[in-house]
Amino acid sequence: MDDLTLDGNAIGGMMMELFGTEMTTAVVTCDNCGAVSQVAELAVYRPDLGTVVRCRSCDSVLMVFATVRGVTCVDLMGVASMT
Amino acid sequence: MSPVSRGFRRKREAAPADRVPPGQYVTRDFPVLSAGPTPHTALSKWTFSIDGGREPKSWTWEEFRALPTETLTTDIHCVTRWSKLDTHWEGVSLDVLLGAVEYDAGYVLAFSDGGYTTNVPVADLLGGKAWVAFNYEGAPLGAEHGGPARLLVPHLYFWKSAKWVRRLQLRDTDVPGFWENYGYHIYGDPWREQRYAGD
Amino acid sequence: MAGTAVRGRLSWQTATVGPVADETPKVRTLRLDVPDWPGHRAGQHVDIRLTSDDGYQAERAYSIASAPGEPLAITVERLDDGEVSPYLTEEARPGDMLEVRGPIGGYFVWEPGSGGPLLLAAGGSGVVPLRAILRERSRTGSSVPARLLYSSRSWEDVIYSSELDVPPEGVSVIHTLTRSQPPSWKGYARRVDAQMLAEVAWPTADRPLAYVCGPTNFVESVAAGLVGLGYPAGRVKTERFGATGQ
Repeated sequence: MDDLTLDGNAIGGMMMELFGTEMTTAVVTCDNCGAVSQVAELAVYRPDLGTVVRCRSCDSVLMVFATVRGVTCVDLMGVASMT
Repeated sequence: MSPVSRGFRRKREAAPADRVPPGQYVTRDFPVLSAGPTPHTALSKWTFSIDGGREPKSWTWEEFRALPTETLTTDIHCVTRWSKLDTHWEGVSLDVLLGAVEYDAGYVLAFSDGGYTTNVPVADLLGGKAWVAFNYEGAPLGAEHGGPARLLVPHLYFWKSAKWVRRLQLRDTDVPGFWENYGYHIYGDPWREQRYAGD
Repeated sequence: MAGTAVRGRLSWQTATVGPVADETPKVRTLRLDVPDWPGHRAGQHVDIRLTSDDGYQAERAYSIASAPGEPLAITVERLDDGEVSPYLTEEARPGDMLEVRGPIGGYFVWEPGSGGPLLLAAGGSGVVPLRAILRERSRTGSSVPARLLYSSRSWEDVIYSSELDVPPEGVSVIHTLTRSQPPSWKGYARRVDAQMLAEVAWPTADRPLAYVCGPTNFVESVAAGLVGLGYPAGRVKTERFGATGQ
């Protein structure tokens, strides 16, 4: 794991604002490998263009957040389920 | 309206308008900003390939490094508003790489280790405007900055200069790459401030 | 699902800087006055947003240093190449305004019902939310045994040193100073490793609960070490601060 990798705690505020509720304890199942984690435990990359959330087991992309002109696009393409 | 935090300033300095594109600030840093973990492909397994032309073409690391190279000094501009001036690179020109392929496509989708993609018109890769770069500031490009080799297309916003580039797909139609899909500009000219789709 | 989490306002609220106090030459605690602050849980954090007079904004996350029921406070370490931390640790003064979003977090939180014994592992400014947990333990009269393993570069970098020097009953604080030590130092003098964890961590038979916070490399290494000692992964909670340029 790289030095700069954060975890889902770091995006708790952004997700709370987007989803309307506390999300760091939400349980996510990876669509690619089936790993089950809480959002707080996921690998988070923030290259400033957006936020990319990856499965810690297989590195596949679970979620992408990108804010363009004040509107945040939320793509949950790698999430099989989130409860 | 957010209240102003007295005395708070952005860290980076503005620069003369003719030297950096509009809205950019100059930095001496070279931020490491990635959308995923740093790949570590062994050079013995590394290949660079171009497909979508008449025949696919591929180079091993040894074959790639045997190609003629160029050194260049250029400014780079990130869509997140930092610009870094007078960066020094060495790489193989896309004129050489595309020159080895027969094709009539107008667009390229670039693929990197780790799954990142970005799209660039072929015309923006030719005429001495783009390289696959393997040295930065006189030393081998570090993995965190895209090594062993990255795409370098400095006249466009730097998200188009894909780190860890491995493959170019020649296409008849332009398709959005990773960030372009989420609303970043399909072309990305910093001098026309094309940050987002519709700019 | 999220338990009895205190739900703060979902978005940005204006805050006024209150009294500030330097903890170390590079670290400062700032009280923040937020009208209608809903309260917070130990271990939570807030997002802070600054706005310059030309409209430029920067956001960062900071752990809450105070326990539930105490006034909201954050403790900030100045990063040499930072943009927000130099402002908060050197420029911001009482009466200045910034924005707060939170409190945030339902994973890296502790209250007496969470149990223990507690192993708290702090790398540098990772001690902040763990100190809030220890203050909450005291505030509620919990007798859960707790050990804080706290890694710092030198004694001058230890945050909350006078508070940690007199731990309450049932709490022990174990320092390791990784770069330089005072002349009479008899404690650990190296980065946390498997041997140190084996000596400090509660045995797994006690069903301990671990909270690990600090730079990413520290958290990865310590969490792996605890799992290597037999701690179930679900009993090791982690919060990564990214690289700090240490």
